[in-house]
Amino acid sequence: MIDAIFKYQFLQNALVAGFLASIVCGIIGVIIVEKKLVMMSGGIAHTSYGGVGLGYLMGFEPILGAFIFSVGAALGIGFIKRKGGARPDVVIGLFWSLGMALGILFISLMKGYPPDLTSYLFGNILSVTRSDIYLMLGLTIVVVFIIIILFNAWKAYLFDEEFASIIGIRTAFLEYLLLILVAMTVVVLIRVVGIILVLSLLTAPAATAEKFSLKLKKRMIYAIFLGILFCFVGLWISYITNIASGAAIVILSVLCYLLCYGVRWIDRIIKKSHIKNV
Amino acid sequence: MSQVAVKIENLSVYYEQTPAITGVCFDVEEGEYLGIIGPNGGGKTTLLKSILGLIPINSGSIEIYGKKIGKNRKVIGYVPQIATMDKRFPISVIEVVLTGRLNQGLSPFYRFSKQDKEIAFYALENVGLKHLAHRQISELSGGEFQRMLIARALTVNPKILLLDEPTASVDAVSRNQIYSLLGELNKKMTIILVTHDLLAVSSQVTKLACLNEKLVYHGEPELTEKIVTSLYGCPVDLIAHGVPHRVLKCHEEVNSFD
Repeated sequence: MIDAIFKYQFLQNALVAGFLASIVCGIIGVIIVEKKLVMMSGGIAHTSYGGVGLGYLMGFEPILGAFIFSVGAALGIGFIKRKGGARPDVVIGLFWSLGMALGILFISLMKGYPPDLTSYLFGNILSVTRSDIYLMLGLTIVVVFIIIILFNAWKAYLFDEEFASIIGIRTAFLEYLLLILVAMTVVVLIRVVGIILVLSLLTAPAATAEKFSLKLKKRMIYAIFLGILFCFVGLWISYITNIASGAAIVILSVLCYLLCYGVRWIDRIIKKSHIKNV
Repeated sequence: MSQVAVKIENLSVYYEQTPAITGVCFDVEEGEYLGIIGPNGGGKTTLLKSILGLIPINSGSIEIYGKKIGKNRKVIGYVPQIATMDKRFPISVIEVVLTGRLNQGLSPFYRFSKQDKEIAFYALENVGLKHLAHRQISELSGGEFQRMLIARALTVNPKILLLDEPTASVDAVSRNQIYSLLGELNKKMTIILVTHDLLAVSSQVTKLACLNEKLVYHGEPELTEKIVTSLYGCPVDLIAHGVPHRVLKCHEEVNSFD
């Protein structure tokens, strides 16, 4: 496979895409796992399907449509959640299915033969183009930059939103900003694992890293490395066995999480029985 | 004549149609140690949150040193209930305490200065947690966690310290530690304490407010059966150790023995 990487542009693109995806996943993934925003992220991701459909219908780049729709969903869900009066999980569920339904509607309005949407739904890291890479690179830089420059404020906001707002930190702004960052992350991930599989790459590296460190910054770094590992090994498995790359990456990352969980579980049982014996 | 720290006039707060507090008026003078007691759902937390400006008030006004809370944020140090906190969050004690030093608004690239760190360590020393500064919060006991939150509130350099049930989920030893700490802090700042802990209230505070939707009593920290009855409807509810129909005067004496 090493020879092939040097030979084929598409494999190089795939590796770069996996690398960029792992960076945003590691950082944003840890935040959404800690802030319990996993389902919210799922909602944002799935709503973007409407944008993909609109892009095909109106003839612009579908990934741009996905970006607009996911940012719209992030702001919409965030607004309703903040104003109260509706249950957040209901709103998330409705946005989730509304986005998918709009996507189907837009595609069915298209004249002629419908396009193949599987690469948006399930991802195809091997079909990532140069322009995709530039978009992903831009979004990754924005996400990393925003997290780094406000890192201390993020930490205060994530740990105790109420106290942060009392001492005058603009928590409403941070909340919307975080949701927009999640939307950007989703767009970066769509090309790699697809809309439907986004959740696993957002959560599996972060949740696995949780078992290795009690520090926020370290946890993000571990999650990035785990993401890179999952992407590259998943890509390699998909290359040699000829199965879909998105599926390979997702299955590998979930299996790794479960393995870590299992090891810790057995470890706990051994320690417990040890205490009993003493 | 001491200055008025918090002035509450005719305050009413409703959740939709349900009144949480109505027509509450009282002043907190500088240097006072006010205990607010009352039954569950009596509006204690609502009162605290409206002082902090976290919830909208329907009528009346709250002034902190003559100004609205929005303009005077750094005057108040707030210690929340620990039951509502995420104790598994990956953050260390000193990092939590330092968050009190963050500026208002958002300052990009903010690094904590040497002075910020000194203030944070001093606050930790104050509450007796300096040796645990680099522990992760998931490794703290309930009492240590509570004292860490007090330290965080202190780094704001507040004139008023607001505490919501600081002894709700801690053991007896930690409870005594927290009360003696608050007694010390009261020499330097005004304290407003919301609590269920009637024993401590009667022995510690300089002023008492009893809240059950309305302000039932405000004055010297001496609970008479009459106040208690109007507060809880029945004096039995108040007997902390479950000995029925023993009046509170008697209870205070018991308290002084333990």
